[in-house]
Amino acid sequence: MTALTAARAPAEERRRVRRSRRYRRDLRWSPYAFVAPFFLFFTAFGLFPLLYTGWASLHRVELTDPTHMEWAGLHNYSRLWEDDFFWNALRNTFTIGVISTVPQLLMALGLAHLLNYRLRGSMFFRVAILTPYATSVAAATLVFVLLFGRDYGMVNWALGLAGFDGIDWQNGTWASQFAVSTIVIWRWTGYNALIYLAAMQAVPSDLYESAALDGASRWQQFRHVTVPSLRPTILFTVVVSTIGATQLFGEPLLFNGAAGATGGADHQYQTLGLYLYEQGWVNLHLGRASAIAWTMFLLLLLIAAVHWLIARRLRKSR
Amino acid sequence: MRTSSGRSGKHGRRMVALVAAAALGAGLLTGCADDGDDPAGASSKRGAGGGRTTVTIGVFGVFGYKQAGLYDAYMKQHPDIRIKETSIERNENYYPQLLTHLGSGSGLADIQAVEVANINEVTTTQADKFIDLSKAKGVKKGSFIPWKWAQSTTKDGRTIGLGTDIGPMAMCYRKDLFRRAGLPTDREKVARLWAGDWQKYLDTGKRYQKNAPDGTSFVDSAAGVYNAAVAGSAQRYYTPGGKPVYEDSPAVKEAWRIATAAAKGKLTARLQQFQKTWDQAYANGRFATVSCPPWMLGYIKEKAGAKAEDQWDVAAAPRPGNWGGSFLTVPRAGRHTDEAVKLAAWLTAPEQQATLFEKQGSFPSSRAAYDLPQVADAKHPYFGDAPIGTLFSAAAEGIPTQVLGPKDSLIQQNITDVGLLQVDQQGTSADEGWKAAVRSIDNALDR
Repeated sequence: MTALTAARAPAEERRRVRRSRRYRRDLRWSPYAFVAPFFLFFTAFGLFPLLYTGWASLHRVELTDPTHMEWAGLHNYSRLWEDDFFWNALRNTFTIGVISTVPQLLMALGLAHLLNYRLRGSMFFRVAILTPYATSVAAATLVFVLLFGRDYGMVNWALGLAGFDGIDWQNGTWASQFAVSTIVIWRWTGYNALIYLAAMQAVPSDLYESAALDGASRWQQFRHVTVPSLRPTILFTVVVSTIGATQLFGEPLLFNGAAGATGGADHQYQTLGLYLYEQGWVNLHLGRASAIAWTMFLLLLLIAAVHWLIARRLRKSR
Repeated sequence: MRTSSGRSGKHGRRMVALVAAAALGAGLLTGCADDGDDPAGASSKRGAGGGRTTVTIGVFGVFGYKQAGLYDAYMKQHPDIRIKETSIERNENYYPQLLTHLGSGSGLADIQAVEVANINEVTTTQADKFIDLSKAKGVKKGSFIPWKWAQSTTKDGRTIGLGTDIGPMAMCYRKDLFRRAGLPTDREKVARLWAGDWQKYLDTGKRYQKNAPDGTSFVDSAAGVYNAAVAGSAQRYYTPGGKPVYEDSPAVKEAWRIATAAAKGKLTARLQQFQKTWDQAYANGRFATVSCPPWMLGYIKEKAGAKAEDQWDVAAAPRPGNWGGSFLTVPRAGRHTDEAVKLAAWLTAPEQQATLFEKQGSFPSSRAAYDLPQVADAKHPYFGDAPIGTLFSAAAEGIPTQVLGPKDSLIQQNITDVGLLQVDQQGTSADEGWKAAVRSIDNALDR
């Protein structure tokens, strides 16, 4: 009996050690198993295409024969340097980005400020400003193409009523870029306004109360209380909007539904996204398209770095 | 024993969960692949026992086989065959996808349609991925228009595509606008105004514009004039040897001259085809003529609507040319190649082409179909009962065998959508427009 228990004790001990070791292993590794599916998918559909695109950008490769790759070194990149169409697209992306992002964020800030007042049916207005964001790019763009039509468009009709000549919205450089920008502004203003609104509601109300006691007007409150408290949010929307503007694609593509990716007769609203699409899927040069894609990626990294620097300085200055 | 089994039970459950998660992931992956691949996969396996084979056919836009009841008729004749069509709206999206599928050898339908603008590229660069249909059972070379047959045939005599429809061009015109401008309205007389020469067409345009009804133009767009004029010549952008020569091609130069003259002479409504504004101009009767292949008739009828009924008519074009048309190919990597060849041969046989013309307006590429009553006696009520069967047959016979090149559509698209559009809509000079087009083409061809 005693001999038996004495024999069992070390076995029991070993088992407990083994069990606790397993338990610890479980605790340590299980989380990785749980997040693994995401990373598997990310590797398959995110990382692999990214690296493969980089690899393809160093080759001459055509969509007619995608398995046949011919080493070209940095040729595709150096070519972009002398490519007028690329610089034109980059310039257009920048100008369209500026004339769509700046007014959009300013309007969103104003709208959010108005919605932040106590008003009847505020829920209705909040949902209403989000509806443009919920419509598809294609549907919205088709409507805007009709509005900006040269011969029968509503905008030109209104201009005519006011005594102005109609504008050929598709063919002028600034006119077409402005028209494309309005689609972007229309779609995203409400979205940004809601983000601002959420941030505004987190501003402690005693700040406003003490400001009011000091005799600050609504406008002064907005400038000296709301905007400074919103700084990180504003920076966030600027980053997101800049990324969105850099990748602008659907609106200019559908703005001239028949011609596709040329972005107008003179390429006057061809953005980087459109140029990438034209090279890859119309002209079938996968290598060159990949080089444009990677250049865009590097540009975005650069923009992100600049934003990060600004954010750091803002934080320090506080 | 108990505890250990309990532990292994717990351990086992976790293993099951992991395996399930992995299987789910893998299932999702293969699920995606299968869907894109070949929805027939499952049913064809069943087919071994149940005797049903699903033949898939990939097309762009509306081919009309389904609407004309051809699939149903074939399935009735062959009870063991099921046909499943998948369609992508626009060829611009369809064709790149077809190329990637050919490259990877998967995801292909048993029959794949190819547009005439792409057939040369497919024939010269991808021929080994397709089955030679020239000697397939039920295919008669003699029944096709010779130039159509030649377009999908390789240098060593393998024919990889069977012609479906073609687009012989006539000229559609508005009788009411012609009358008000003091021009004849009878289709024979109208055809005589410009017979044989695009310059005469321009001259007619000048006559029209002199007394034109307010706010109307002679023709819709400079690009439309260019397309029609260049489509009637044998050599355009490539030499027979396959060298691109668009910059010095006499046919291109002449068509460019005609089209820019139309733009500079203010004969065009400065529109771009297939855009919303173009449709609106149809609805409002803004232009008097437009080049029309048979498939355009339905488009005009739809856009111009009931109020323009009996205003439009069809006359012979100055010179016949071809615009559009497709081929059916059978990729080697398909699952049911034998059945696919049989179906493709049947769908492109004269009788079926004639039915398709009668029901859907796609003009036969089969010469043998022209004598069938569905074609020979065809009249279009919307276009003043114009004898479209004989009219388009005559045009089809007059089209020369064109030298095609792999990048024809790319070159032509840049000429019309960059060069001519600048001249027509932005007021650029003809020389500057040409330079812009050449720059754009050279960039596209990576020269």
